Amino acid sequence: MILIFIEVREGKVKKSSLEALSEGKRRADDLNTEANAVLVGHNLESLAHEVLPYAASKVYVVENSLLSHYSAAGFSQALFSLVEDIKPDVILFSASSMGKDLAPRLAAKLGVGLASDCTRTIAKDGKLEVVRPIFAGKAFVTLSFKSSPIMATLRPNVFPLGEPGEKKGEVIRKEVIIPEDQIKAPALEILREKGAEIDVTEAEIVVSGGRGMKGSDNFDLLRDLVSLLPHSAVGASRSAVDADWIDHQHQVGQTGKTVSPNLYIAFGISGAIQHLAGMSSSKFIVAVNKDSEASIFKVADFGVVGDLFQVIPYLKEELKKITSE
Amino acid sequence: MNIFVLVKRIPDTESKIRINHETGTIVEEGLNFVLNPYDEYAVEEALRLREAGGGKVTVLSVGTEESLAILKKCLAMGADEAFLVKDNTPETYDGLRMAKIIARALEKKFSDYSLLLFGKQSMGTDNAQVPSMVAELLGLPQVNVVTKLEIEGTKGTAHREIEGALEKVSFSLPAVISAQKGLNEPRYETLKGIMMAKKKEIPILSFEDLNLKEEDIVPLLEVAKMESPPPRQAGKIIEEEPDKAAKKMVEFLHNEAKVI
Repeated sequence: MILIFIEVREGKVKKSSLEALSEGKRRADDLNTEANAVLVGHNLESLAHEVLPYAASKVYVVENSLLSHYSAAGFSQALFSLVEDIKPDVILFSASSMGKDLAPRLAAKLGVGLASDCTRTIAKDGKLEVVRPIFAGKAFVTLSFKSSPIMATLRPNVFPLGEPGEKKGEVIRKEVIIPEDQIKAPALEILREKGAEIDVTEAEIVVSGGRGMKGSDNFDLLRDLVSLLPHSAVGASRSAVDADWIDHQHQVGQTGKTVSPNLYIAFGISGAIQHLAGMSSSKFIVAVNKDSEASIFKVADFGVVGDLFQVIPYLKEELKKITSE
Repeated sequence: MNIFVLVKRIPDTESKIRINHETGTIVEEGLNFVLNPYDEYAVEEALRLREAGGGKVTVLSVGTEESLAILKKCLAMGADEAFLVKDNTPETYDGLRMAKIIARALEKKFSDYSLLLFGKQSMGTDNAQVPSMVAELLGLPQVNVVTKLEIEGTKGTAHREIEGALEKVSFSLPAVISAQKGLNEPRYETLKGIMMAKKKEIPILSFEDLNLKEEDIVPLLEVAKMESPPPRQAGKIIEEEPDKAAKKMVEFLHNEAKVI
């Protein structure tokens, strides 16, 4: 049985967890087994019903009032109790910030190997193998597992979300006992930058700026474009971040985040090897740069040699036309 | 405060990665190795905490003797002591193996730690596993991907980066913290620091010293294959008046890529 951890943030089921569930379901079909989901927290039963249409046979809800705030120690303890009880063969997480924090803690508790941030899963000889990028995507390794249960985190925005179907499965509620001193390092509150609702790792479209943006105020041009494009976020190259034009949360590349959106638009980004490593797995890449020799054009599906400050106003007009159609 | 910083040697980020397909490993020849950039933030934070509240900063690495160079750098930045746990095993991509070695070293040799600082991940392996695993093995609180850290006595609060926001987390010492870019601006080594570091000896610990047997740290993952990413074909590049260029770009996005 494949067990998929479903993350709830601020009362909502995270889309990247449903992507992981969809992928888990596909591999479960290959391996002739079932895909089950688990939610951890407090008062989550109604959310559990939102997960059922993604073909989970069972949705476990592991509850305790001490789990109303996230902590890796508390959540891993809760998952550990469930794993001891239902004995899954595979446990999958989204490689979201919570998944990356929680999965290794659970793997250490179970004493098993973990593959991080995988971009492919393969059913081979009745077992699961995974493919994951190393060096921010400059190379890929295929890993097999020598311990059980198999554990992996899956990169957001890579695995197709399944079509929700009928609710065939069941929701099973489990109370866990967690000693209060097991809740180490609880999250007290979430502090949010204004307007930054979608992270670059989760966005379907990333509009990115580099040295060619020339200053922090000019990033407003990119914010304008983002406001015209659905599920989009502003990204940046390292030089723009190091110049303090924009917060490092937006940085794409080997010292920032690795992204795989449907569309990556690079404005004034030359395309240093570290930056290319972080965005080359985007489905489509479009670049605007004054320098026709810029490395970014070697990976771009569509490139415009020109001044971004002249192109962007026309681009806004054209986008408005399309979106109003 | 008795602070330990765990550091790793990695190929610098400018490196082109070549693969030896026979061994399924990367070709190390010709690569320039440096201190993992995220670990630099961890070292810097340790030095600042010591400067503000006193104590000692010890740096620890696990790897071949070639890792002595990055430990020297940490000493030159201002760390008080450095130790190497000698491990000649090539990269296994198994974070738990590394975490077991580190946890054992801390328990056996340095059990009076009050804070363990790591980089949020080593660039290259890109696992981001070891800090959380060490925290679990030692029964400590963990806060990963930290951009702000405050410690008062035995209590601390940290800001940890999550999707599009920050999470404010409280914890008690001893604890595991992993550093993200933005936590601080790492200092450069001074000439005086480099001279001082030259005089310091870096003790090397073996697995026997830690009472660690090979069978305790057998890798739980196996590399079946290593490949380069599929090359991207360069697409259409145009050089036209801005209005025409913008129109063609949107046409491409709408009609060919179908992303808008």
